[in-house]
Amino acid sequence: MSDMTTGAETRIIPDRLQSRFQRALGSWEVLLIAVAVAVFTFNALASPFFLNAWNLSDATFNFTEKAMIAFAMALLIIAGEIDLSVASIIALASTAMGAAVQMGFDTPALVFIGLATGLLCGAFNGLLVTGLGLPSIVVTIGTLSLFRGIAFMVLGDEAYGGYPSSFFWFGQGYVWWVITVEMVIFAICGVAFWILLHFTGFGRAVFAIGNNPTAALFSGIRVARVKFTLFLLTGLMSGLAAVCLTSRLASTRPSIAVGWELEIVTMVVLGGVSILGGSGSIPGVALAAIIMGMVTFGLGLLNVPGIVMSIFVGLLLIAVIAIPRLITMTKAKLS
Amino acid sequence: MSFLRSRETQLILAIGALIAVVAWRFPAFVAPGNLVNVLNDTSPLILLAIGQTVVILTRCIDLSVAANLALTGMTAAIINVAMPDLPVPLIVAGSVVMGAALGAINGILVWKLTIPPIVVTLGTLTIFRGLVFVISDGQWINAHEMTDAFSALPRAQVLGLPLLSWFAIAGVVVFAAIVRYTPLGRAFYAVGGNPSAAVYAGINPGRTQFLAFVLSGAAAGLTGYLWVARYQVAYVDIARGFELDVVAACVIGGISIAGGAGTILGALLGALFLGIVKNALPVVGISPFWQLAISGAAIVIAVIANGRAQRRAGRQILKREAPQGGSLRPEPAT
Repeated sequence: MSDMTTGAETRIIPDRLQSRFQRALGSWEVLLIAVAVAVFTFNALASPFFLNAWNLSDATFNFTEKAMIAFAMALLIIAGEIDLSVASIIALASTAMGAAVQMGFDTPALVFIGLATGLLCGAFNGLLVTGLGLPSIVVTIGTLSLFRGIAFMVLGDEAYGGYPSSFFWFGQGYVWWVITVEMVIFAICGVAFWILLHFTGFGRAVFAIGNNPTAALFSGIRVARVKFTLFLLTGLMSGLAAVCLTSRLASTRPSIAVGWELEIVTMVVLGGVSILGGSGSIPGVALAAIIMGMVTFGLGLLNVPGIVMSIFVGLLLIAVIAIPRLITMTKAKLS
Repeated sequence: MSFLRSRETQLILAIGALIAVVAWRFPAFVAPGNLVNVLNDTSPLILLAIGQTVVILTRCIDLSVAANLALTGMTAAIINVAMPDLPVPLIVAGSVVMGAALGAINGILVWKLTIPPIVVTLGTLTIFRGLVFVISDGQWINAHEMTDAFSALPRAQVLGLPLLSWFAIAGVVVFAAIVRYTPLGRAFYAVGGNPSAAVYAGINPGRTQFLAFVLSGAAAGLTGYLWVARYQVAYVDIARGFELDVVAACVIGGISIAGGAGTILGALLGALFLGIVKNALPVVGISPFWQLAISGAAIVIAVIANGRAQRRAGRQILKREAPQGGSLRPEPAT
């Protein structure tokens, strides 16, 4: 069963471990694949415009930028922290890039400024959380207002434009046929975070901290440093998402990406990451991102307004956690 | 001089200093009429902040309050348009009940399914907001469609104050009384302070958290009617993002996000602080676009101050157990 169902109840340890195949069959990722196939099939049957390579290619923009941040956020949530300021970091990074354009900087400098702003914001969050030992949820609610607030201070009701044409490659470019640059960035980030979380000592440390920070500390893991690094990574990925989004929209407004933090957290939780920390996987998050993108795109083709789609997303978020718990509860009652 | 260390005293001094600075350059700001306006303008924030306080006291968080406000407010407006003869007090009572019911949904999910409150209320936030669109079909309900009685109630003057302000004052009194003088109020602190100890004291933490969500929902529902009636307009996006202001008011008011510490007075002062900043900005000629950054900075400073105050209180000898269904994890001793 998934790790999320382990609660305070007594657990019976079986005589024999399940086979690899059995475990894989019951895993969260397999369930997500089934959901993804179902969504894909439903969409294909419901709208004749769904199965079109170019439409599908356009649909990926629904999730690629958010997923870049979701990968880093997954690690942060597994380690028992959260960053609600990510969408505001996008706004601030985008504003910084817009200001740099007005000063005549070219694409490489713009990308550097976007990423550096993200890193700085992440460092600020990380410093407050790890340096001063403050709860990340309130710190990042504060910086959520602060970072976007600075963007509003700079821009007011204006907008920055006039980006150099070479800058549009990130959000509007194609690598080959229908494969967008953003898809490639999404894939590279996914693989990088997959390796980082599941195949390195750093990844093991992230899980250890999420399961028991005190035990992790006593086993020699530099808890504060790992957490700080995770905030840096989340900031950096927000900066990267800002580069892609700004490039795609070709302009900067202070209200850019407003509300994304909730969608990104939903993506991470839907991907099977426990909001209490300690468990989760990157393939799960990637699948959840694709599912959310497909649901949004499919409902869009059926002329369902965006806000109604958000009802589905909200229900999905609660259902994916409630259903496994309901199953365990009924099982416990029956036995 | 220990009273100087309390967050309430510090906030009163900060608010006094803020008003003094503004009044020094713009004496009109402290005219009684204007101060009444500021209080009235801050009333919705006060009502939501006191509701949020009891939720945070029990180690939970309610991010759905603004969406609850919008859904209840829109429902009240639709009912008023459909049935203009329905007496307004009935609509007010209905709004409280509906808000409480929406809060109960959060509470049940947290209590019976032990889903972390932040996940539950993130989910219900989007669901409630979506439902506002569904029931209104995306349409606005404007002033001319509402009955006069419906929109006059929050503006009615009683003893020099609009009823909206009186609702906020009554809310503060009721919530302060519940928190201070009832077993339920003590249970809020017990569950937030130490859920395991609360269980041994015969308190059901889940049920207590459920009741906190119901109270928060009721406050949001009441505010929903008041908001729509005061601004005489109902649309999908009313009060969008307001939940963050509410949490900010609580944090500034010294309510510990780790639960078990904070007072209704603190939440009131936190809300007033934000309200005064918001109203003073245009007076002193600062662009309203600065408001978000200023409230953000205020939250960060308040969080840092809260952290310092808690550290000064001394080291815990026994580690807190992980919160049951809570969104927060104990920090390692770094």
